Amino acid sequence: MRRWFWPSFAVPGVAWLVLLFLVPTYAVVAVAFGTIDPLSLNPVPAWNPLDWQFSTMQSVLAELKPGHTFWIVFVRTFEYVAIALAGCLLIGYPVAYYLARYARRTRGILLILLIVPFWVSYLMRMLAWVGLLLPDGLVNRVLLHLGVISQPYPWLAGQSSSVIFALIYGYVPYMILPLYAVLDRIDRSVLEAGRDLGGNPISTFLHVTLPLSKNGILAASVLITLPMFGDYYTNDVISGSPKTSMIGNQINLYFQGGSEANVGASLVIVLSLFLAVLMSYYLWVTVRASAETKESLL
Amino acid sequence: MRAVRDWFANPWGQPRLLGAFTWLYMAWSIVPVGIAILFSFNNGRSRSVWQGFSTRWWWGDPNNSVLHDPTLRGAIEQSLRLAGLDMIVAVPLGVGLAVGLTRWRGYGARPVNYLMLFPLVTPEIVMAVSLLLVFSLLYSIPFGTEAQALGQVTFSISYVVIIVRGRLLSIGPEYEEAARDLGASQLGAFRLALLPLLWPAVFASFIVVFALSIDDFVVTAYMSAGQSTQTVPILIYSSVRGTATPALNAVATVMVVITLLSVGLAYVVYRWSARKQAATTSNALNEIAALEV
Repeated sequence: MRRWFWPSFAVPGVAWLVLLFLVPTYAVVAVAFGTIDPLSLNPVPAWNPLDWQFSTMQSVLAELKPGHTFWIVFVRTFEYVAIALAGCLLIGYPVAYYLARYARRTRGILLILLIVPFWVSYLMRMLAWVGLLLPDGLVNRVLLHLGVISQPYPWLAGQSSSVIFALIYGYVPYMILPLYAVLDRIDRSVLEAGRDLGGNPISTFLHVTLPLSKNGILAASVLITLPMFGDYYTNDVISGSPKTSMIGNQINLYFQGGSEANVGASLVIVLSLFLAVLMSYYLWVTVRASAETKESLL
Repeated sequence: MRAVRDWFANPWGQPRLLGAFTWLYMAWSIVPVGIAILFSFNNGRSRSVWQGFSTRWWWGDPNNSVLHDPTLRGAIEQSLRLAGLDMIVAVPLGVGLAVGLTRWRGYGARPVNYLMLFPLVTPEIVMAVSLLLVFSLLYSIPFGTEAQALGQVTFSISYVVIIVRGRLLSIGPEYEEAARDLGASQLGAFRLALLPLLWPAVFASFIVVFALSIDDFVVTAYMSAGQSTQTVPILIYSSVRGTATPALNAVATVMVVITLLSVGLAYVVYRWSARKQAATTSNALNEIAALEV
C-alpha cells in the first residue's frame, strides 16, 4: 500500500479550503488591524502581525460598552435570535415529535411537505410574506374584516415583531429535520418501558423522550442560531428600518458602500469570537458523533 | 373538546391536537408560497390585491414579462449557470476530500477534518466579507461569475463531504480489500469497488449542491458585479420592497418549478438506482431527509 495514495485524494479539496477559507479569514484579521488609505479610502491590510494597529478595534470595543451603538445592536440581535429560537423550538419540536412518533400512513406525505421549503429559496419565502404583509395584503384585509384592527397595520415598516416572525418562518424547517432525525432514532421499547413502569404520557415524555433528545435539541438550536446571527437580508426585506437593524445589517453597511472596511472587519471578528463558543460546541458534538459511528462499525 | 376528552379516555392513543398542529404547520409553511405563485398570474401591477387571472407577467407583456425582460431572464440564467459551475467543481472536490479523509490514517486527518467542518458553522456574512476582502486585496480576482462560483464552491464542499462520508462509513473497507485480494491495483479497487457503491451519495451531493447554489444569497451577492451577474435571490432582495410587478413572483416561481422538477426527477432516479443495489434497503426518503442535516 502506498502511503500517499489516500491523502492524495484530499489534496485538491484541502488546497481549496486553505486558499479560499483559511487565507480569507486571515484577510479579515489583517484588514481589522490594518489602516485605511486616506485618499482612496481603500483598506490597507496589515499582513504582518508586527504591523497591527489596534486603534480601530479599540474604538469598536468602546462602542460595545452598554448604551453605545454597537451594544444596542448586539443586544437587539441577541433578543431577536433568542425569541426566534424559542419560537422555532415551540413550533418545531411538536411537529418533529408527531412525525417521529405517531404519523404512520401520512408520514411519507408529511416528510415531503417538510422538505419542500428546503427547495424553495429563502428569499422566495420572504417574498411570499411581503406580499401578504403589504398594507393592502391578505393579512391586513383578514384582520380588518375580523375587526381586530380598524386600519391597515404597517407590518413592513420597521416592526420588531414582523422581523422575528419572519426569522421563525425562515429557519424553523432547518430545525425540524434534525429534531425529527433524533426523535425517530429513539427506541420504541424504551418508551414502552416508561409506560409499563406506570408513567403517563407526560411523565414518560419528560423522563424518557426529552432527555434522550436533549443533544438533538442543542445541536439543532446551534444549527439555526449561527446563521441567524449573521442574517441581514430577512431584516432588510421585512423591515428595512435602522430601528430593527441587527449585527449582520451593521456589518453589511460597512461593506456595501461604506468607507470603513476596517471597522466592519473588526465587527466580523467580534461576532465570530462571540459565536466561537457555539461553533466549538457544534464541532465537538459532530466530531464525537462521527467517532462513535466509526467505533460502532469496527 | 373531543380531542381533549379522547385524550383523557386513552392518553396513549393518537394525539389529535398534535396531529392538527402538525398539519396546521405544514399549511402555514407552504400556503404563503402558493399564494405568491398565484399572484404571478395577477392581471394588474399589484402583488397583494387580486385583479383577475392573466399571463401578462409571464409572456403577455412585451417589455416587463419574464419572457421579454432581459433583466429577469438574465437572473434566471445566472442562477442556473452558477448552479452548474458549483456542481461541476464542488462535487469532485468534496468526494475526493471525503474519500481521502475516511481512508487516511495519519496526523493530518484530524486538522483537515476540522477545517472541513468550519465553513458549515461560519455565518455566511463572515465568509462573504472574508472572500470580498481577499479577492480585492490579495488575489485580485474581479467580481462576477467566476468569483461567485469560487465562493459557492467553498461553502458547498463541506456538504458533499458530509454526505459522501456518511455513505463511506456505512460501506466499510471490505469491498476494496476483496478487490485488492483478487488482484486489483489500489486505483483499480477504488474505481471498480468503491466508486460504484458511492454513486447514490455522489448523486445526492449533486442535488444538494444544486439546491445550495440556487438558494444562496449572501456570498453570491457579495461576489457579484452589478446587474449583469445578479441571480434570482439577489433580484428578489433588491426589488421586493420597491415597485416590483408580479413578474418578480413569476421569476421566483420559475426557480421553484425548476428546483422541484429536478429534485423530483432526481428522487425517482435515486430510488430506481437504489433499488438495484441490495445494500441500500433503508427508506430512501428518510435518507434524503437526513441529507440536509
